[in-house]
Amino acid sequence: MTQPIFEDRKNQIHVKGGAEPFDMACNRDSLAGAVSQRACVFCGSRVVLYPIADALHLVHGPIGCAAYTWDIRGAVSSGPELHRLSFSTDLRENDVVFGGEQKLYRALCELIDRHEPKAAFVYSTCIVGIIGDDMEAVCRRVEKEKGVPVIPVQSEGFKGNKREGYDAACKAMIRLAGTAPIDDISPLSINLLGDFNLAGEIWVIRDYFERMGVQTVANVTGDGRVGDIRRSHGAALNVVQCSGATLPFARMMEEEYGIPYIRVSYFGIEDMSEALYDVARFFAEKDPGIMERTKKVVSEEIRAIMPRIKELRKDLEGKKAAIYVGGAFKAFSLVKTFRHLGMQTAIVGSQTGTREDYAELEAITDPGTIIVDDSNPLELQAFIKEKDVDIFVGGVKERPIAYKLGVGFCDHNHERKECLEGFVGMVNFAEEVHRTVMSPVWRFVPRRTAGKKASLESNNIDSACSLGAPEECMKEGAI
Amino acid sequence: MTVETIERIKPEKVDYVSTTNACKACSPLGASVVFRGIEGAVPFLHGSQGCATYMRRYLISHYREPVDIASSALGEKHAIYGGGPNLKLGLINVMKKYGAEVIGVATTCLTETIGDDVPMILHEFRKEFGDLDLPTLVWVATPSYQGSHMEGFHAAVRAVCEQLPDPAVERHKGVNLLPGFVSPEDLRHLRDIFDDYGLAVTMLPDYSDTLDGPALEDYEKIPSGGTPVEAVRAMSGARATVELGAVLAGAEKTGGTALQENHGVNLHRLPMPIGLRNSDAFFAALDAISGRETPTRHVKERGRLLDAMVDGHKYISGKRAVVYGEEDLVAGLVAMLTEIGIQPVLVASGGNSGRLPAAIEEATDGILREPPKVMPGVDFYEIRNEAERLAPDLVIGNSKGYRMARDWSVPLVRVGFPVHDRFGAQRTMHLGYKGTLALFDRLVNAVIEKKQADSPLGWGYI
Repeated sequence: MTQPIFEDRKNQIHVKGGAEPFDMACNRDSLAGAVSQRACVFCGSRVVLYPIADALHLVHGPIGCAAYTWDIRGAVSSGPELHRLSFSTDLRENDVVFGGEQKLYRALCELIDRHEPKAAFVYSTCIVGIIGDDMEAVCRRVEKEKGVPVIPVQSEGFKGNKREGYDAACKAMIRLAGTAPIDDISPLSINLLGDFNLAGEIWVIRDYFERMGVQTVANVTGDGRVGDIRRSHGAALNVVQCSGATLPFARMMEEEYGIPYIRVSYFGIEDMSEALYDVARFFAEKDPGIMERTKKVVSEEIRAIMPRIKELRKDLEGKKAAIYVGGAFKAFSLVKTFRHLGMQTAIVGSQTGTREDYAELEAITDPGTIIVDDSNPLELQAFIKEKDVDIFVGGVKERPIAYKLGVGFCDHNHERKECLEGFVGMVNFAEEVHRTVMSPVWRFVPRRTAGKKASLESNNIDSACSLGAPEECMKEGAI
Repeated sequence: MTVETIERIKPEKVDYVSTTNACKACSPLGASVVFRGIEGAVPFLHGSQGCATYMRRYLISHYREPVDIASSALGEKHAIYGGGPNLKLGLINVMKKYGAEVIGVATTCLTETIGDDVPMILHEFRKEFGDLDLPTLVWVATPSYQGSHMEGFHAAVRAVCEQLPDPAVERHKGVNLLPGFVSPEDLRHLRDIFDDYGLAVTMLPDYSDTLDGPALEDYEKIPSGGTPVEAVRAMSGARATVELGAVLAGAEKTGGTALQENHGVNLHRLPMPIGLRNSDAFFAALDAISGRETPTRHVKERGRLLDAMVDGHKYISGKRAVVYGEEDLVAGLVAMLTEIGIQPVLVASGGNSGRLPAAIEEATDGILREPPKVMPGVDFYEIRNEAERLAPDLVIGNSKGYRMARDWSVPLVRVGFPVHDRFGAQRTMHLGYKGTLALFDRLVNAVIEKKQADSPLGWGYI
């Protein structure tokens, strides 16, 4: 049984099938001194809005907030790339004392003149919340003077966690919706919510929908455009990926414009297929042919990738994985995907999961799986050792934790450069997992070699299971 | 330096209000690096959770090591009622769970603005939990709205030098080295140099192991290495302090001046030993401090460097370079470029201490026919605007200038911090004869590679 490292976090860790009944605490403030992997409200709103490529994204605050989020995501644009620049008011002491409104006003005017964006988002940071700059008023004034939407994003870092940042972003975005004509939109139309076009993934997904005969009105927000979001209220359905980032937007759209939404994931064969079928089912009444077309897309795609998946699976069978990601929805897909590869998920967690999310994880994982909310390096390293996993899926901050323990790592976060969504993404993911897990480097890392020596001495293991072939040993459960 | 020369090199800076693509990071990041270089220490940011997480990510991506920075994770109610209780709770957690021997607390813009009195909170903490085995606590004010990550770095070094050295320590033969923000490989090299002189050195900070550690059998909560606290306490009794950085040398209050003023430790302020003359000055200082001649090894290194400079001069002579980064680093780089016949056409920094132009003037004086344009306190928008006009052949600086170099189709030689798009930043050498030679090789090869790639023929000999 896993012992909690921080007593205060006891009810944010659950072992499936253990003595404790499932009752997971989540969405709490991070514990002081626990080195949470989470960022802040500002981060939440920034990651959601940032991929809108023809908008100006101005961070109103000291330089760090903008510097650390400069081009941080691999969110690709098919056109303008304004989002890849990092704009800041770089507040100085004087501004803190006398207020930063003048500076914000001048910076906005200067940047709008220079770049002629389709809209501007102004992000509030901790310090702006404290000094009380009236961002709303400044934005209103500039909007009037420059004739483009200028929208404040109330994302003061301390006002909760990343999840509140998602809300702030969606509240900002909803101000754009409903402001452009929608006459030419097809009845078979959707908005793609919660995909950030990392490594061009949204283009893969849009292609599937196109082949099904479904029009995409707005990408929210990968490869996003202000003009499309202004028309997004014309879509018949919102298709929401990821557990929480754009869900508030979908809910607001439902309330305001009566547009229903469904939640999907594009990771892994099952979830990807299911996403397409869900959309097809939604439009089946309007267009009876859509189901056939969707089946065709799915079977063509699956047929193309299965031989390679089967081949890779042969080596991966029986290996163990750990998952720690930002959103829990991605974790669901990863658990299923690993199963497709013959692998078992031994640890799974997220920074921002909800009670429902964790209940779902509890339902789909195997007994013994550690489920964790808002974890930290000390816990993660302890879990990795306890479960002796072969690969860890996470983001840049988790990478050195895995590597220091001699464990493979796959970057499944917003910096990734590899397309991991869709059917093609499934192959890419399987290839990466295979490349990582099967690398000979793990034979030489101290933890493996030391463990091996000790076991050899104490257990007198079969001579066939030599130091040179640790993978074989592990497969047979010899160690 | 005369008034005229200051006028001459004064940048014609357009007064931009906004910042686009900053050439700097914020001060708590610098402080975190310093605390990471003290043995048994955990850096602790007093602010909201995001600050610590962002800086961890930024540092991890450069060093490729676990960088655990704790946070008091302040929420809205703390921002209103004060962050003291969370700071104390956080300290207790770090103490108990990390077993920290030292906790380095750095403030952020949030806690500076709400007016949390950190020394007082720490005082209360010591009183409240006096029955526990408390770690050494050191704190520094690093409001992100003042200076850049370098001001945070130097402020933390100074804070440690002010708060920890023990006035009662007896004089000893050790030497203090305040190396500035250099690579782990540079730190290792500096240590070797002192060892070769037989000088016991206390390097502050020393993250040569903590930010570039070996593969081990188990995960270390706090990586081994770093300056031992005992050694820091004894810095007050050292025979001398060597403080590196031509720009830093103009600062009134530094770690070195603190040790000099409070404990009478003799201070040698030198430029970063990049290039021949700066390295000569560094070795000359060590000769003087130790009373020994430069060890043969280093005399030979110097010879090799000179030999290489002669062998390679033709490939690079007359090339035009744009250099940017931390002020002390660029001052060192410019000194070196000047010696090898590369014309620095633009020298830029996000830092704005006011002392960069003078340092550059000094580094180029008497060799360069035309002084470079110096632009302190700028961002990449300004660097790009200015540099484009100057048609450089080479860009020298951190990763953040990559897009600029790519657009101009000129090589970027990555030095300093951060290097987010290449492997091995921790092991990049910049300092001493050896580091200069390593840099020199990279510069020459960058030029040759570019020429070879652009050639319609390609060739197998140079």
